[in-house]
Amino acid sequence: MCTMIVNKISIDGSGKGQEGWFQVNEASVSYDHPFHIPLEHALNIDFVNQALGLGARVAVELSEKSARALVAAIQEVLERAEAGGHLE
Amino acid sequence: MYQTNMYEGMLAETIIMSGLNNDLINAYFARPVGAGPFPGMVVVHHMPGWDEWYREATRKFAHHGYAAICPNLYVRAGHGIPEEVAAKVRGEGGIPDDQAVGDIEGAMVYLRSLPYVNSKIGVFGTCSGGRHAYLAACRAPGFNAVVDCWGGNVVVAEADLTPKRPVAPIDYTKDLPCPILGLFGEDDHSPTPEQVALHEAALKKYEKNYEFHMYPGAGHGFFYYNRPNYRQQQAVDGWEKIFAFLGKYLAG
Repeated sequence: MCTMIVNKISIDGSGKGQEGWFQVNEASVSYDHPFHIPLEHALNIDFVNQALGLGARVAVELSEKSARALVAAIQEVLERAEAGGHLE
Repeated sequence: MYQTNMYEGMLAETIIMSGLNNDLINAYFARPVGAGPFPGMVVVHHMPGWDEWYREATRKFAHHGYAAICPNLYVRAGHGIPEEVAAKVRGEGGIPDDQAVGDIEGAMVYLRSLPYVNSKIGVFGTCSGGRHAYLAACRAPGFNAVVDCWGGNVVVAEADLTPKRPVAPIDYTKDLPCPILGLFGEDDHSPTPEQVALHEAALKKYEKNYEFHMYPGAGHGFFYYNRPNYRQQQAVDGWEKIFAFLGKYLAG
């Protein structure tokens, strides 16, 4: 069953979709039914820009283990960048 | 039962109907060719959206002699490929229960307006659609049968109620006016067998006409041939149970 567990945040960034790069301004993070990965539930991230239409979407669907590894990897990389004085 | 020398024809197309607040809803409509009268079915799509599986399911009901309509419950999110529309709705935490019930009721009213539909109308749904089908059967008077396939969140803790889903569907059980067929998988996490048992107990308490089947070796969504949870034997048996149930309660 759909869990409806979702957290939507505003972001600044760019994503590459079917028609090339576009500005993304929202990320929708859900743990719910995916469309592709062969799991009943997955950690889904949709990077979107609703002003550009429904097709302005970059999607990933991750297993729980992969999602946690991604979170850790992002944190680790940001910490290294911060330690090196590279953060803008 | 179909015989090889029988004529068979079907009309399947998208139409526009009125939903909640007379909002215009696009719907997929399939019916046998002929004067009827045919029983009607409202087919309620699942969380992944108004997708190809649901078009196929709608045609399956028509193949079995039903005028079947599948409203696009996500129409207010805009138009695009079904996955993108569903992803937007998923990001918004789903649709409000009142809206779903209003749109499903609109589909029932549409069927009742047709000269080739008899007076009997059922409602079918899987996943969130099973939950919505149950809600609609309880809250929109007029359905003659309901088929709930693994609809989760029928039993909901008070802390988990939300503005979009303010009442647990099980709390409407006393208002259910028609027979219900429920198909579930033993390995499902939502609804769990324990939640299904609570639902069954409520139906029993209010002396409702119910038929629940709990399939061993199946989890959530075991009808979906395009997903890993597909279970061939359970799916074939489930469809047979659905058409036996509907034949019993929706015959003209």
